[in-house]
Amino acid sequence: MDQIQPMNIIVCIKQVPDAKDVRLDPKTNTMAREGVESIMNPFDRHALEEGVRLKELYGGTVTALSMGPPQAEAVLRDAVSCGADEAVLVSDRAFAGADTWATTYTLAKAIQVNGPFDLIICGKQAIDGDTAQVGPGLGKRLDIPYVSYIRKITGFADGVLAMHRLMDDGYDEVEMPLPGLITVVKEINEPRIPSLKGKMKAKKLSIKTLSAEDIGADPASIGLPGSTTQVVKVFAPEFKGERAMLEGSVEEQVEQLLNKIEPYL
Amino acid sequence: MLRIDKEACIGCGVCEEVCTFGAIAVVDGVAEVNEQCTLCGSCVDSCEADALSIETAAKSVQADLHRWSGIMVYAEYRHGRVAPVSFELLGIGRKLADQQKVPLSAVLLGFGMGDAAAELVSYGADTVFQVDDPALEHFTDEIYGNILEDIIQEQKPEVVLAGATAIGRSFIPLVATALATGLTADCTRLEIRAEDGVLLQTRPAFGGNIMATIECSATRPQMATVRPRVMKAAAPDQARKGEIINYRPAAERLQSRVRVLGSVLEEQDQVNITEGDIIVAGGRGLDNEKGFGLIKELAASLDGAVGASRAAVDSAWIAYPHQVGQTGKTVNPKLYIACGISGAIQHVVGMQSSETIVAINKDPNAPIFDVATYGIVGDLFEVVPKLTERIRERKGQ
Ligand SMILES: Cc1cc2nc3c(=O)[nH]c(=O)nc-3n(C[C@H](O)[C@H](O)[C@H](O)COP(=O)(O)OP(=O)(O)OC[C@H]3O[C@@H](n4cnc5c(N)ncnc54)[C@H](O)[C@@H]3O)c2cc1C
Ligand SMILES: Nc1ncnc2c1ncn2[C@@H]1O[C@H](COP(=O)(O)O)[C@@H](O)[C@H]1O
Repeated sequence: MDQIQPMNIIVCIKQVPDAKDVRLDPKTNTMAREGVESIMNPFDRHALEEGVRLKELYGGTVTALSMGPPQAEAVLRDAVSCGADEAVLVSDRAFAGADTWATTYTLAKAIQVNGPFDLIICGKQAIDGDTAQVGPGLGKRLDIPYVSYIRKITGFADGVLAMHRLMDDGYDEVEMPLPGLITVVKEINEPRIPSLKGKMKAKKLSIKTLSAEDIGADPASIGLPGSTTQVVKVFAPEFKGERAMLEGSVEEQVEQLLNKIEPYL
Repeated sequence: MLRIDKEACIGCGVCEEVCTFGAIAVVDGVAEVNEQCTLCGSCVDSCEADALSIETAAKSVQADLHRWSGIMVYAEYRHGRVAPVSFELLGIGRKLADQQKVPLSAVLLGFGMGDAAAELVSYGADTVFQVDDPALEHFTDEIYGNILEDIIQEQKPEVVLAGATAIGRSFIPLVATALATGLTADCTRLEIRAEDGVLLQTRPAFGGNIMATIECSATRPQMATVRPRVMKAAAPDQARKGEIINYRPAAERLQSRVRVLGSVLEEQDQVNITEGDIIVAGGRGLDNEKGFGLIKELAASLDGAVGASRAAVDSAWIAYPHQVGQTGKTVNPKLYIACGISGAIQHVVGMQSSETIVAINKDPNAPIFDVATYGIVGDLFEVVPKLTERIRERKGQ
């Protein structure tokens, strides 16, 4: 039989504002704050579910890891209620304003301090910045192999994960030796809802918190000073929507539409 | 750190209102910041009294910024063809290069690529660095990343652009990390500031609800992935002259820990909805798989691709690669026809930048009409077949 060893899995989870609530007022160019809720990044929920499924299959542990302000504890408790065993919050005012470069530095340091691991799972991207850069950047920082956009894990034997990677024109069959990192797309699984037992555990669990000092971070490499990119302007997108409603009978509507879209035919 | 000039602050409270994170409160007529602050900067822009600023530690600026010169494009090649976004990158790259009076180069990686390099020259490249090697037959982040990193280290371009495709967004972050420089994802506008040659990179964030302009002023190269179908390719000119250099990577740079066993391709014109000029998309309003067939017929009459809302994908009427939106694909066609789609924000963020949007929905209050160029309030089971029929007539099919 192929040798199957338990997996120690780290799932990277980000707390993000619910995108549907975030809007800039085009006149004042300011962010509407009303009712903006913080949620677990949707892709990270799939990352977590995959980690928990692997653990259930092969044994091991799942650690949920997040870098963020103190209130990011909420998504970590959420993760524990959905099956994570441990939770680590990397939090320090000095981390504020981090771009993906400073974020991967910080997460890599925290992961190194936290101890050995076999697999890191990230979401494909976070819905606030939509960059999809943290997973690959983290893989490079830790000098481990990584594969993006995993839509299916097809096997695990002799320390090698077999997977399908979603591409623009189909999918690739890939194999990656562990330790390694993957980012996952939503197609990979259907996340479970929290169990009662999980909720109880989440309530009681003390979340390990790591500061910049705890992870031995170089102050020049974290937060805004450690960032290679700077946001210099934010503004509201322009909408071209003319909202011309086509009236009349179905035949008339279709005729008008045909004339409007003529250039594309 | 967010700095508040207590003298200048007039206690108006605008910053408090603007802050999405609840990080500012006016206490005794003066703004105070707490630890929720993420340094996003929106308060700074909103302050009329100029009392707010963000303090950055003096950055250790790379000493040799001026030694980086030229524009470089990663030209994606996969399964027998150059990805169209590569020509678009050469289009914008040419503009930036001409403005800076520097050369435009392209990096082409793959196996058995024929005269793809010459094609890149005809689209505007002055130099093409090509590696045609069996080790590059399948895309692997490590090998592609190693080679691009090495070429950049040697050539020292000031700007490196790649397509925001599955491939580009997967391995370009590795290259930027290796080079210790900044990378901006999924840009929709690029300009070079004449005074200092800084690349102003504009991109949507928060699912397209906000646009942000980003710069990477202290390190080189300045790297960006660029959303397909936004930049314009120049018309190819077969008479253009350029140099094609066969670059030789060191053997150890051709090693990957990840192994690609093969690719399973979906039918190109049906699935790759990010490349098409026309997309017809259907949602829950189609009722069932058979209803969804109407969408496929309309798409076929227009030679367009088929898109779908998550509701349609979750109902298994069509496969996930067709899903448009926040958890699907971002598309940017010339014409997007949304049928029986309500226009939930998670869908809209994936298609709102389309040139012309047509919405067909029986509910006059459906939010999809807010982003539509043309709207038809009506029953899609009447409208769509009629439209398909009339298009076929007009095209003489
Ligand atoms: C985290 C998250 C991520 C998401 N990501 C995505 C995403 O990537 N893409 C996405 O699309 N959604 C996404 N969603 C789901 C999204 O919120 C909506 O639920 C979904 O887009 C609705 O799909 P729909 O418009 O097809 O269905 P509905 O909202 O049910 O709308 C159906 C529409 O059809 C109309 N209709 C019905 N019958 C007819 C008829 N006979 N003729 C004409 N019109 C008719 C109705 O008036 C209605 O407006 C996401 C949700 C969450 C929470
Ligand atoms: N601050 C963070 N803490 C933990 N994980 C993160 C953080 N930022 C990003 N990630 C992970 O990286 C993925 C990609 O994020 P991004 O590159 O920001 O789009 C997310 O889905 C998370 O898994």
